[in-house]
Amino acid sequence: MTTFQPVLLEAVGVAGSHTLASYRSRGGYAPLERMLKEKQPVDVIELVKSSGLRGRGGAGFPTGLKWTFLPKDHPGPIYLCINADESEPGTFNNRILMEDDPHQVIEGIILSAYATRATTAYLYLRYEYPQCWDRLQGAIDEAYAAGLLGKNIQGSGFSLDLYLHRGAAAYICGEETGLIESLEGKRAWPRIKPPFPAIEGLFRKPTVVNNIETMACVAQIARRGVEWFRSIGVPSDPNNPRDPGSYGPKLYCLSGHVERPGCYEAPLGITARQLIDGQGGGVWKGRKAKAVIPGGISMGLMTEAELDTPLDFAGPGKVGCLGLGTAAVVVIDETVSIVDFLHNSCRFFAHESCGQCTPCREGTAWSLRMLERIRAGKGRLKDLDLLAEIGNTMGMMPGSTICGLADGAAWPIKNAIKKFRGEFEDYIKRTNPSGWMVTDPVPALPIVGAH
Amino acid sequence: MPTVIVDGKDIEIGAHERLNCIEVARRAGVEIPHYCWHPGLSVVASCRMCLIETGTRDAATGKITMMPKLVPGCQTPAKDGTVIVTDTALVKDSRARVEESLLIDHPIDCSICDKAGECLLQDYHFEHGQAERRTDLNPFHSRRRDVGPTVTLFVDRCIMCTRCVRFTREVSGTSELMVINRGSKEEIAVFPGFPLDNKLSGNVVDLCPVGALGDKDFLYQQRVWFLKRESNVCGGCSAGCSIVTEHNQDTVYRLKPRENPHVNKWWMCDDGRYGWHHLHDPARLLSAGRLVSTNDDRETVEWSDVTTRLRQDLSGAGRLAVAVSPMLTLEEAWMLCAVARSIDQQAALFVGHVPVSGSDESFPGGFTIRAEKCPNRIGVEAVVALFEPEIRGWNDLVRAVGAGEYDAAWITAGYPHAWIDDTTAAPFGRLRSLVVQDLFESPLTKLATWRLPAAGFAERAGTWVNVAHRAQTFAAAVRAPAGVWPEGRLYWNMLGRRGLYDPAAVRRQIAESSAALAALGGDLPAVGVDLRVDQLASS
Repeated sequence: MTTFQPVLLEAVGVAGSHTLASYRSRGGYAPLERMLKEKQPVDVIELVKSSGLRGRGGAGFPTGLKWTFLPKDHPGPIYLCINADESEPGTFNNRILMEDDPHQVIEGIILSAYATRATTAYLYLRYEYPQCWDRLQGAIDEAYAAGLLGKNIQGSGFSLDLYLHRGAAAYICGEETGLIESLEGKRAWPRIKPPFPAIEGLFRKPTVVNNIETMACVAQIARRGVEWFRSIGVPSDPNNPRDPGSYGPKLYCLSGHVERPGCYEAPLGITARQLIDGQGGGVWKGRKAKAVIPGGISMGLMTEAELDTPLDFAGPGKVGCLGLGTAAVVVIDETVSIVDFLHNSCRFFAHESCGQCTPCREGTAWSLRMLERIRAGKGRLKDLDLLAEIGNTMGMMPGSTICGLADGAAWPIKNAIKKFRGEFEDYIKRTNPSGWMVTDPVPALPIVGAH
Repeated sequence: MPTVIVDGKDIEIGAHERLNCIEVARRAGVEIPHYCWHPGLSVVASCRMCLIETGTRDAATGKITMMPKLVPGCQTPAKDGTVIVTDTALVKDSRARVEESLLIDHPIDCSICDKAGECLLQDYHFEHGQAERRTDLNPFHSRRRDVGPTVTLFVDRCIMCTRCVRFTREVSGTSELMVINRGSKEEIAVFPGFPLDNKLSGNVVDLCPVGALGDKDFLYQQRVWFLKRESNVCGGCSAGCSIVTEHNQDTVYRLKPRENPHVNKWWMCDDGRYGWHHLHDPARLLSAGRLVSTNDDRETVEWSDVTTRLRQDLSGAGRLAVAVSPMLTLEEAWMLCAVARSIDQQAALFVGHVPVSGSDESFPGGFTIRAEKCPNRIGVEAVVALFEPEIRGWNDLVRAVGAGEYDAAWITAGYPHAWIDDTTAAPFGRLRSLVVQDLFESPLTKLATWRLPAAGFAERAGTWVNVAHRAQTFAAAVRAPAGVWPEGRLYWNMLGRRGLYDPAAVRRQIAESSAALAALGGDLPAVGVDLRVDQLASS
């Protein structure tokens, strides 16, 4: 296997990589200056569109196509929001980009704003990233001083203000309309769609929401060209006209039970096994993997037998996972109880459910309660059917919720019960030998008096 | 005409109507259950009870294409060719699951909950829920949280539809209520030190589909299935909100707004909502009394004798002035004028005292509380105009009585609050005969030769005309207390009419005698008629 030369992560390990001087020395901002002089905004949209770049935030929506949804000839303002509320468990690629190469991100933001005619951009930063805050703020200050942000950038007549906004540590703020609500100073309850943000978003104006890694990709496409970008990755499936393909490099966050966890850049389409055994150095302590999360906990689980699935936008879906997500690969070794894993997952989503839609608000809490009971040795086989039913009916895909985070909560339940049902049944029968077959409602705990 | 297909039935809607699937289905006689959606509030589509299957019918081929997933009926606009299906297994299962989810954290304390009997959670569970509980049972708990002077919150009964929160943000504009915490631990609350205290606060109780928000005034007073409901009009101010008076055994227990797009939409103010307690005030005048000596001794006169003796007394008194109270209905006012003119052909008719308090108070949702605290000034003026060349008001009457222009006066009042002071009343003491019809003792009743009890708003029947010239008819919700004849009955008898007081007959007579009030001739719709519009149409 030829080693892939990192592009997005080329600055990692370079001393002072987060400074403007270092970024310039690597050829940064030159493409931007050229684009501002030579290209019209539509040309930039066309460039990104033809590159086949798909959003790196999780859903994988084609970025250029998203930009074209903005209304033509809108009097403005149009807003660009950058989603850096990286809260998906196991995900840290945005963090690396913001800490080690903030100017790459900012160049992408300026290009994207130029393409979408946005004159104000907001970068919504996760609360837990103070280092990113410092680096980004420093980089923004440098960019303003160098005339790369602000009024009339490089004499092009294009102006852009970039604001950093720090969230308050809520998973739901990573949902694009939840992020918009939060930016507006409201409770981050995702909005009903339509209208989509491109039509009516932040402050009820047309808005584009893009991920940090997408911005870095835009900067690299501008620098290295469409051909370079399309030479990496997996072309679209000729048998599926709706598959836009998976092009370009991708940052994979490898964590869990591997020898060398970390953020690795690889072409889209690398299999999970290649990633774990190659970059990751194999499952730790010579053990076997029991399950692997392909792209953040909300994408579900792959079994050991499914590890040869390519991690592109279409791959994980073929083995019953929700999708590639944030490409945060978490390895779970054979010593881990899948009951414990699912309990952990349900605890996270019950805690982070925004509580707007009934099925998600109650479903996440209900599943957690069942798993707590199962772990306490009071599980029944019937619980597994109920869990599967919650998993199958909760989310945007069956239509029972407003936003996709409910699908993300449902998928681990659904996958775990389907792919590891035997283990659940064994666990329940072992820990509750006298009651595993009961199907009556579980009685209430006796109320303990105050005295 | 755009056509929407509801469960296989074609429903035509107006060309410019913007309706959602719930509204169109309702026209087809199909109820799509919903909690969070309310026509007067923004759409959040969060309860997910109204999930339905939809599709489109191709106009040319008639081919129907269905959407692969469920959509909320409240958020989905119904357009030409929209297909709505509400009775598939998928829809039914989804409703059952939402019901099940809502009950996970609900205390199910219906036996002690005020909402039982009119609770959507109960009704929908009965209709759409599962018979068997699959979730773990919870220990019973029902925390109560005080959120304001009028409303109390039973925290655990809440299903988080957020109607109340949206109401305070969008209609009252006061934003007191909010959602705290997250996920299944969410609760409705107020910020410490900022209670739910605005003049529309009672509406959140009506909006609450379950028993979470309780009206302190009504709490534990009556089970709702004992209540009888009568459509009525609020007499609190000249806005004339359409209401429902809920009563049992001639006792009013609460008032609720009745939907009327022309007047109050779905709302009413707290002044009106809680403004019925005077009906059951023990201090009310409960008998017809006639002064027999100068030291305030009164004999109680039987009502059957009042009609003749009152007429006798006034006939011999001399020049008569009458104050027609704006609390009276149109019919009562007209009969009073007729009675007065039958006693004294020259009787001077004045519009009675019009109580005004502060200035009009408007809210962002378009609701306005009027400063004029009487329901029928416009109607009474229209009636008096049929008898008098020019409208004269209460101040004119007080001045004229002070100048000794009249020998006798008949003052109708019926105000729920104190309305006259000793100084204003003093000149009336010099009259040879003074008839005062009022709810309570006042400086004026002390001077009266005849002190007649008046009826309260829910005890009257007839028509009121509000500040926007909208006439609304209503029947009496409760009987007046024993010993009280409502004004209508007294005047009806004094006019020598047969049988029971029939406001419709009087109204027809008024309509025939006046082009301006011709619109009152037939049966009025529940939302009333705009007298000005119909005048233009007929001219």
